[in-house]
Amino acid sequence: MQRSDRKVVLRLRGIHRLYKVGVERIHALNGIELEIGENEYVAVMGKSGSGKSTLMNILGCLDRPTGGSYELDGKDTQKLSDGQLAKIRNEQIGFVFQSFELLGKLNAITNVAMPLIYSKGGWIDRKKKAIAVLERVGLADRVKHKPNQLSGGEKQRVAIARALVCNPSIVLADEPTGNLDTKTSDDILNLFDRLHSEGQTIIMVTHEESVAKHAHRIITMKDGVIVSDVEGDKFRESLSGDRAVPDA
Amino acid sequence: MLRFLLMPLYVLRFLTQSISIATGQIWSNRTRSVLTVIGIIIGVAAVIQVIAALSGLKAKVLTDLETFGTNNIYMWPHWPEGRQLSYEQVRFKPETFEGMLDKCPSVNKFGLGNWIGQNSVRYADKSAEGVRVVGIEPDYHIVEKRPVVEGRAFTVIDEMQALPVCKVGQDLQEKLNLPKDCTGEIIIVGNRMFRIVGVMEKRPQLSVIGQGGEGRDDFEVVIPYRTGLKMSNDAWTWGIAEAKSTELVEEAQAEIKFFLRKVRNIRPGQEDTFNVESVSSHIQKFKQISMVITLVAGCIVGISLVVGGVGIMNIMLVSVSERTREIGLRKAIGAKKSAIMMQFLIEAIVLCLFGGLIGVGLAELITLGIVKSAPILNQTYIPGWAILIAFGFSCMVGIIFGLFPAIKAARLDPIEALRHE
Repeated sequence: MQRSDRKVVLRLRGIHRLYKVGVERIHALNGIELEIGENEYVAVMGKSGSGKSTLMNILGCLDRPTGGSYELDGKDTQKLSDGQLAKIRNEQIGFVFQSFELLGKLNAITNVAMPLIYSKGGWIDRKKKAIAVLERVGLADRVKHKPNQLSGGEKQRVAIARALVCNPSIVLADEPTGNLDTKTSDDILNLFDRLHSEGQTIIMVTHEESVAKHAHRIITMKDGVIVSDVEGDKFRESLSGDRAVPDA
Repeated sequence: MLRFLLMPLYVLRFLTQSISIATGQIWSNRTRSVLTVIGIIIGVAAVIQVIAALSGLKAKVLTDLETFGTNNIYMWPHWPEGRQLSYEQVRFKPETFEGMLDKCPSVNKFGLGNWIGQNSVRYADKSAEGVRVVGIEPDYHIVEKRPVVEGRAFTVIDEMQALPVCKVGQDLQEKLNLPKDCTGEIIIVGNRMFRIVGVMEKRPQLSVIGQGGEGRDDFEVVIPYRTGLKMSNDAWTWGIAEAKSTELVEEAQAEIKFFLRKVRNIRPGQEDTFNVESVSSHIQKFKQISMVITLVAGCIVGISLVVGGVGIMNIMLVSVSERTREIGLRKAIGAKKSAIMMQFLIEAIVLCLFGGLIGVGLAELITLGIVKSAPILNQTYIPGWAILIAFGFSCMVGIIFGLFPAIKAARLDPIEALRHE
């Protein structure tokens, strides 16, 4: 499927993010133009300080740009109130964090069901919905476990289940494998691949090429601007010169 | 539409959810929580205790007052200021009250009494000095609820024929060494002979107000009103009336006043030449005053709750900073500011109510101790409203002192919060 055929989920026009530190002005984002369509699997790469985290925060409606416009599902987020942004985070965005961010006192079901507490219709059948997504990420036998009884990979699966429980338009993953060993990382990335094949739109921030190569589109950032935006195949080709890519 | 109808259900579930999160939080930090709420515990216990002790004292005084009879109305002559009136113009006479029962539908019964004076009384070789001699109409003691323990009360015949009969008090009976059943015996009051028809029950002792000093003998002889009038024609006369019910006391008082003003031709604007008062109106006043005192004392003690509240605020601030990442996460997954605020506010309130509960328990224990150890406060009890107030105050302290930490939590920037270590 060509990118142009897809329905556009998010559209960024001339996004700027300016931080003022004392008298210094730091352009974390300097005019980002970006369109991401439905069921795309995008990796955002860049060194630390490149602005990829800032971009992630804006895409996730945790932060507002100081300039430009950001449309999500055709809605201009600029005009929305804090409460409405919270609603969008709840209903349209699923976050996956590097350090999982599970609540230690709650078991897997309650952790996964947490976003439903804050959604209007989500109240009903919270447990059922939570168990269903936990099954989807392959944790059917761990639903009553608390985070300290789970391995790192299992914790991240619970976190992914939590991101999926409200059927979001996009899943935003910030270094989802940063705290995991190679083997577990592969498991998690395979899970992302599967979710993508099931139709999920995924945007992932990473600085590791081995992680980024799972994506079908790779965006590289530097100093607050996008320096390259390539198809996954081309990215893998460019890598193959350096080292062997097993699944290419 | 359905969503709208289900709204209360959502709110309820949100509340139960928040409360269960809060109790979970408190339970997992139980030592800290208990230490935190000690201020609230002491505050609540102190407030309830003060209210309980004062309520007990009030109950004691009220019991005393009620021995006078709550339905009773007392009437006596009164010289208004500024008008020169003679004794003859002001004094009560039997004619004054003719037809009163017909004109005053809220009055059940009434009787007159007159003061004959203090006399010496003799029986055989015994005598007693300073005996109070009072004349009464037959209904007087019915209204006053003073039954006889021997013999009979006065009858209309005793009254109408002004017979030389009398009733004596139990103290006097003892003093004169009268036989147990002394009806028919003749005693000499002053220089007149009276036949005893009955022995009156002792008046109940009043514990708080007191009555002319405790342990003093209460020698009295009661004769029919008209017999007394024959002995001293210008004797001081007063009246006692009974309202049909406690609710009708004020009504009855007003009717009597209206009746007496009419009989005495008092023009509008002129002061009454009589007093009409009831125990219940005094009880009412007393209740109001004691309520004010109780509330003022409660409020003063309630200041300790504020101290407790500061402890709550402190621990809530600690809780907010400990759970900064959790707050960041909750915001990221869609919790609105209000939801975060409610979560922490409810936690503070639950903490305070928990302290309030223990405080009430403590107050119950102290009350038990007071009742057992202090006789004058043996009617100490915790009124239901005191418990409600204590809980209300704890709740308020929770809201007031939980508000600042809750707002602080709600205002956290999710990005910063998630980066917090």
